[in-house]
This record gives sequence, structure tokens and C-alpha cells, in this order.
Amino acid sequence: MQLTGAQALIRSLEQEGVDTIFGLPGGAILPVYDPLIDSTIRHILVRHEQGAGHMAEGYALATGRPGVAMVTSGPGATNIVTPIGNAHMDSTPLVVITGQVATGSIGTDAFQECDITGITMGITKHNFLVQSAQEIPRAVAAAFHLATTGRPGPVLIDVPKDVTQSMMDWWYPATIEEFDLPGYRPEVALDGDAVARAVALIAQSERPVLYVGGGTLKSNAAKELLEFAERTGMPVVTTLMARGAFPDSHPQHLGMPGMHGMYSAVTAIQKSDLLISLGARFDDRVTGKIPAFAAGAKVIHVDIDKAEFNKVRQADVAIQSNVAAALRALDASSATPKDLGPWWRTIRSWQAEFPLAYDAPTADGPLRPQHVIEAIAAAAAPGTIVTAGVGQHQMWASQYWKFEEPGTWVNSGGAGTMGFGVPAAIGAKVGRPERTVWCIDGDGCFQMTAQELVTARAEGVPIKVAILNNAYLGMVRQWQEMFYDERYSEVYLSADLPDYVKWAEAMGCVGLRARNLAEMHEVIKEANLINDVPVVIDFRTDSSEKVFPMVAAGASNDDIMVHPSQRGAK
Amino acid sequence: MSPEPFLGDVAHTPVRHHILSVLVENKAGVLARIAGLFARRGFNIYSLAVAPAEGHARFSRVTIVVDAESAPLEQIMGQLDKLVNVVAITDLAPRDAVERELLLATIKTDVANRTPLLDTLGNAGAAIIDVDPGAVTVMLAGTPGACDALESALEGFAEVELHRTGRVALPRLGRADQA
Repeated sequence: MQLTGAQALIRSLEQEGVDTIFGLPGGAILPVYDPLIDSTIRHILVRHEQGAGHMAEGYALATGRPGVAMVTSGPGATNIVTPIGNAHMDSTPLVVITGQVATGSIGTDAFQECDITGITMGITKHNFLVQSAQEIPRAVAAAFHLATTGRPGPVLIDVPKDVTQSMMDWWYPATIEEFDLPGYRPEVALDGDAVARAVALIAQSERPVLYVGGGTLKSNAAKELLEFAERTGMPVVTTLMARGAFPDSHPQHLGMPGMHGMYSAVTAIQKSDLLISLGARFDDRVTGKIPAFAAGAKVIHVDIDKAEFNKVRQADVAIQSNVAAALRALDASSATPKDLGPWWRTIRSWQAEFPLAYDAPTADGPLRPQHVIEAIAAAAAPGTIVTAGVGQHQMWASQYWKFEEPGTWVNSGGAGTMGFGVPAAIGAKVGRPERTVWCIDGDGCFQMTAQELVTARAEGVPIKVAILNNAYLGMVRQWQEMFYDERYSEVYLSADLPDYVKWAEAMGCVGLRARNLAEMHEVIKEANLINDVPVVIDFRTDSSEKVFPMVAAGASNDDIMVHPSQRGAK
Repeated sequence: MSPEPFLGDVAHTPVRHHILSVLVENKAGVLARIAGLFARRGFNIYSLAVAPAEGHARFSRVTIVVDAESAPLEQIMGQLDKLVNVVAITDLAPRDAVERELLLATIKTDVANRTPLLDTLGNAGAAIIDVDPGAVTVMLAGTPGACDALESALEGFAEVELHRTGRVALPRLGRADQA
């Protein structure tokens, strides 16, 4: 069967089970948009290519399936660089298709030409410049294989216009050998010796902590984690990338570690004698000052990517494996620590002394951002998916929302990409339309990508957006207050400019505003009754609120600052 | 032939260097991927030589001398191995390898005053490969140390244009750990 390269590309995506593409057409990708009309694949027409990338990420994080985005060459391609970089930092499976100028024009500075494979070399797991139509099926199959196996990540396929316009004989790779990836071996046999040494370390430990990272979610290991944690009785912390991997309601869960982590989670790691890292990468936002991080702990490091071993912290035992398989092996060996009674008594005393804290809200406002999140959470349907931008609101969302299952927390971790929240919420809702999706956003983040609410309205994707409007770039303001002598430089945004309610309405959404407690409860109720169009709520929050606990950048986790109301106790 | 003695560390080489013999797919951009990885991770490359691999049109062999001070070798190899086009990596510690590189140099000198130069070349074991009345071009295929020594010796001459290839290496034969 003869197909054009464009037809082959769409057919290859169908072959991979793709149900949704987030994208925006343009000159070089035009041929591919024609057969798309005849395809069963849904296309979400974004208003900016960055939106397409973050939507694909939101889709992937909420569903566990790879997100797919398609854009044109030149500026279309460069506009999606940020989401690609974001997905690379957070190991999110993404397949991005970019149009390219015709092969004969490459290298001539042709209209809308850019070297997108060169630009994204360092922020993709791999990328391809497809040279002939016949090669398209192999590139697509290999891209999905690379994006979803081993340590997942973004893969880019750059397709020149003449390649999509020329004819090919349809075929599709049936086996991994046909992907032609001789250097790619994502799965390695579990090292039984390493498992045995890990079991021995566990047997000696009196103060272990399970340090759960995003790799636990990526390898669908929530069930194995629950079984292992309950059998061994160990305390669990879940990083920003792993929220939802272990139920927040579980009594063994201490919450999030790191710069804005729970006091008990941070301190349990610091005082532990054994740290079992499960798909985590000792990020600087978790470790603080590295020599002071869990200084007395032995480390068992489980990761699918062997380059993570000894990168930041020397591991006593390194197990190269996906988290699920490693936990099954440890469980099969009946790895058991010593009596954890004293350890738990110490941890419980920290929890009692230093829970999360914020000042009581006043009836007239301004609202406490933490209280707004708790109120939304209390009124939300079970299984609600939460997305966030980056900054104070993101930390509060991670702290105050109670996550009970994988795929319910969608955020930008390693890259810290402001503006992630709204498009990611759209992608999550497209992937899991039966779920309620709330975006907890900041006013700074919202202004970066809000135009995608037009997409949401046009495509019938009824997400809910809560803007915690404190009129500032809040996290930067917090640092300037605490570390720059309250010299506020370029952080004021204004609560009233733009008018978020009118802006929401102009984009076809319902716009609501809450200035005090009565309005807060009212608008949350109202938003929950709307299921056909997107809702945006402008919550006027207190500008002076800061995220606590906090470990200053580069400081030891031992120097964690708790909420001012708790400082007499510490 | 008996194995050559280990000459120790030499001037152009870091104190703790390793030689990575990297088999890669012969695809466009592979060298850029390797160079980009070293640049963005802050790993230092001392020399790099590329040629088609023996008997395979599909593969090339890249010999990279890396500075094991700038980053742990385990990190360098781990990150390199993640490049999809990298098929295999062999790590050769200097003690376990035979290394050679090629040096070419053109020295400006008139016919009447060539005796000191010829002595220097004779001592180094270098060969003259091109001559005209005003200059000679010489070559030395030798250990990095021998090339360093010749390079130093040539500093005494007025005008020298000198190129070195960077080294290639193979595992030393007859080592106990290979038995």
C-alpha cells in the first residue's frame, strides 16, 4: 500500500494507540494536518505551542500514557522547547513532532528553518531528523519505545516537508529489532547480590526512611510500595514528583521532604540510619546542603538510570531496576528492619510539635492561601486531579492537598516552569475526562499561559482554575523579604491588573472572585456546580503569607525554619 | 616484542586521565551529541579521535581521553551510555592500554643549518616526510609521552607548525586480568 509520508505519520501514531494530539499547524507541518482530518485521533488546537507541550505533559502525568504534541518548524518548534525541557527534567514520556523545511533547504536559513534537533539535543532523551518517508514508521515506533521505557522522557521527531509529501510503501516495525536501536538497553537483570546487601542493611537499621521519588510513579509501583511499607513498618516520605504514590491519609506517611517539606519528613531523613531511595535523584531542593544531608545514614539507591548512582550522594548499595521490580525482590527476601517502636515515638513527637501551620483566617479577608486550598480540597470530588504552576501556590498545594492515589498531582518539578498549571490541567482533563481537574495557580503563572483557556472553552474541556492572587511574584517576594532585607525588586504585579474575572469571561469561561471567607465558600460551591465550561476564580490572598517550613537555599536541612508561631517551641 | 613500559603521566595529559573507547552508530550528529554531553555536564575532553570502526559501515569508534578529575569516571560513562547512539564503551586505564598518536610538524630551516634539527629528529625517532629548501616536515607516530618530548625539543627552533591527532588506544596484551 502506497501512502504519503504524512499519511504514514498519522497512521503510525494510530498504530501506537494515540487518541489525542495537542498542536498547532503551520507551513512545514501542513501536509500532516491533511490526513489528520480523516483520522480518529482527536486534535486539540492550542493558542500557543508552549500550551501544546504542557498539555501533552499533563495528559501523560494524569494517564501514564505518553503525551503527543505536533507543531510546525522554526518558531513553532522553539515555542515548545520549554515543555520539552520540563519533560526532560521530570522524566515525562512525550513524543513531539515538529515540521521542518524541505531536506534540500536545510542549512540555507530558509523561511521558518531552525535546527530543532540541535537545540533539543540536551533536553530530549533522543531525537530524530527523518530523512525519508520510508523511515517514518520506524522513527515513530522507536520514539514511543524510547519515550516510555527505561527512564521515560521526551523524544522529538523532526519531519521535513518533502518527506511528508513523498510516497512510501506502508510498513510498521513488528519487533524491537526493527527499531534499529543497537545502543539502547533499558532493562537490566536485577542484581541479586545488591538485593542481598540491601536486605542486610535493612536488617541492621533502626531508623529507616523510604525516600520515594517520581520513579515510583513512573514504574507504577504504588501497590508494591504500600505492601513493602506496611510489611516493614517504615516511615515514608514522598517528594514533589511522587505525591500520590503513597496515600497521604496513611499513618506511615510523613509527607513531602525538602526545602518546603514537612518538619517530620525533613527531620526523619536527617536523623535516619538508612535511607532507601526509590526512583528519587537527591535533588538539591530535597537535600539542602549535601554534606549535611542525612549524614549518618547508609543509602540504598534504587533507580532505573545507573547514571543517578553516586551523582550526588554515594550509595552503599545501588540497585539498577525499576522501583516495582526492586520492591518485589526486597519483599521476596523478607527484608525486615529492627524494632521501629522508638523511631516512631520520636517521629510522632515531631509531628505533634511541628504540624503544618498558618495564621487563622479573618472573616473579612484577605484570604489565607493555605485555607483556600483546604477549602477547595474539602469540597472536591474524590479522585480530583490537581495541577499547579510554580511558586508559593505550588508548595501550598503540595502541602495542603491530600493525595490518595497516583496521577492526581500534576506539576513541574525539576524545571520549575511557571505557567505550567493551566495547560497541564487541560491535558489532564482531556486524558481523564471523568475526573474533576483543579488548577491551583498563582497570579504570575496564570498570566504566562492563560490564553489556553480559550482552547479549553473551544474544545469543551471544563477545568477549574483557582488563582491565589496575592498581587506578587510570591516566591521571589518571599526570598526578597527573608534574604534581601525586604528590598522588593520587580515582584509587584497588582491584584486588579489584569481584571481576572473579565479576562476569564472574555475567554468564554465563568469568572468569579472571592475577597472574604463568605465569598470563598460561595464561589467554591458555585464552581463545583459548573461542569460544562471552564471556571476561573480570583481569590484575593494575603501578600505577606510565606511558605513554611523552609530550608534556605544551600543551608543544612537541620536548620529548617518552621512557622513563626512554632518557633518558641523549637 | 615485549610490552612497552608504562611511561607515567605526561605533560599534555591530566594527572588522572582515562581513555574511553566508544563504539557509536555512524549517524549524523553523533559527535555533536557526545561533545554536547561533555560540555553541559562539565566533563573535560583532552583529546578525541574518530574513525570508522573495524569491519562495520554502521559504526564508528570514538577514542576520548577524559579528565577523571573533572568528574567521576562512573558519571562520565553512565551519562555517555545514556546516549541512544552509543553502543558500547570500553574504559582503558592508562596502565592497561597501549596508546599512540601521530605528530606532524613543519620546521622552517635552511639547508645549511639542519644538523641540530636532524639530531633532534634522530633522538626522537621521527621521520622526515617532506622537504623543500626552506623547511622540512616530519612525523612521529609514538606514545603521547614521545610526542610530548619531541614537541618540547622543537620549541628551540624558530618557526614550527605542529599538529597532533589525539590518541587512539587498545587494551595492553598479556595482562594478568585478561588471562
